[in-house]
Amino acid sequence: MEIGLGHYLTVAAILFVTGVFGIFMNRKNIITILMSVELILLSVNINMVAFSAFLGDLVGQVFALFILTVAAAEAAIGLAILVVFFRNRGSIAVDDVNTMKG
Amino acid sequence: MLGLQAFFFYIFAFVAVGAALMVVFSRNPVHSVLFLILTFVAAAGLFLLAGAEFLALILIVVYVGAVAILFLFVVMMLDLDFGQMKKGALKYAPFGLIIGLVLLAELIIAGTGSVYHPELARSTAMPMQSLYEMSNIRALGTVLYTRYILFFQIAGLILFVAMVGAIVLTLRHKPGLKRQSIPAQVARNPATAIEIRKVESGQGI
Repeated sequence: MEIGLGHYLTVAAILFVTGVFGIFMNRKNIITILMSVELILLSVNINMVAFSAFLGDLVGQVFALFILTVAAAEAAIGLAILVVFFRNRGSIAVDDVNTMKG
Repeated sequence: MLGLQAFFFYIFAFVAVGAALMVVFSRNPVHSVLFLILTFVAAAGLFLLAGAEFLALILIVVYVGAVAILFLFVVMMLDLDFGQMKKGALKYAPFGLIIGLVLLAELIIAGTGSVYHPELARSTAMPMQSLYEMSNIRALGTVLYTRYILFFQIAGLILFVAMVGAIVLTLRHKPGLKRQSIPAQVARNPATAIEIRKVESGQGI
């Protein structure tokens, strides 16, 4: 059986849904939420690369490169905010992030 | 008969999905990070199978080498109580399950409802040459450094801002810390910096 576009899209869809589920599941741990976000971005990248390969278009890979860049920046900033938050509150539970009463 | 490409595709796909599930369900955040690394490696294998060699290696270098290790550092640096972290975790699980299933159904409907036209490949923005004619990294460079040079530089700017932001956020000023004082250094002159003493022969200072 030949591996087609649908196979890649299926894997990406499963990874995406896993990431979304992880965000809802882990309410006590912001680190796992950040990891779930990374999973979601990875699934988007798989989609980009799969379409790039099967349409013969290089721009998909260029975009995947930019997504990778933004994801790395997001992880760095998110973890820095997490470290500052842990210093101030001594916890990383989502339920404790209510100082601003939002 | 399963071809070699299909065989490796299924291996990488199942490893990626299984590791992603373990990222979410693992009790220990350190294990979650290690499974995240496994997911990235498997995804790099998928990229390699799709012909995106440069992105596959970048995924290993940047994600496994930098981002995942950053996660590992933070998880191990923070003094977390892993035991009570999972308490009440299942409170939101049914809600998340419903959202996830609805999302999966939407993706399946969108995926199966659309029609893939192979003739679309003739109207692409940047047609990809065969890997036999031009290597993937060279083809990517010819596109990235010409048509997308502005986006490339903006990406560099984003990384720079992220670096500065992370440093500013986590920098702490402790009292009693010896720091470099640029004005004090610049204001030095021979009169304040050196002292000339007459040393007697045979005696120290």
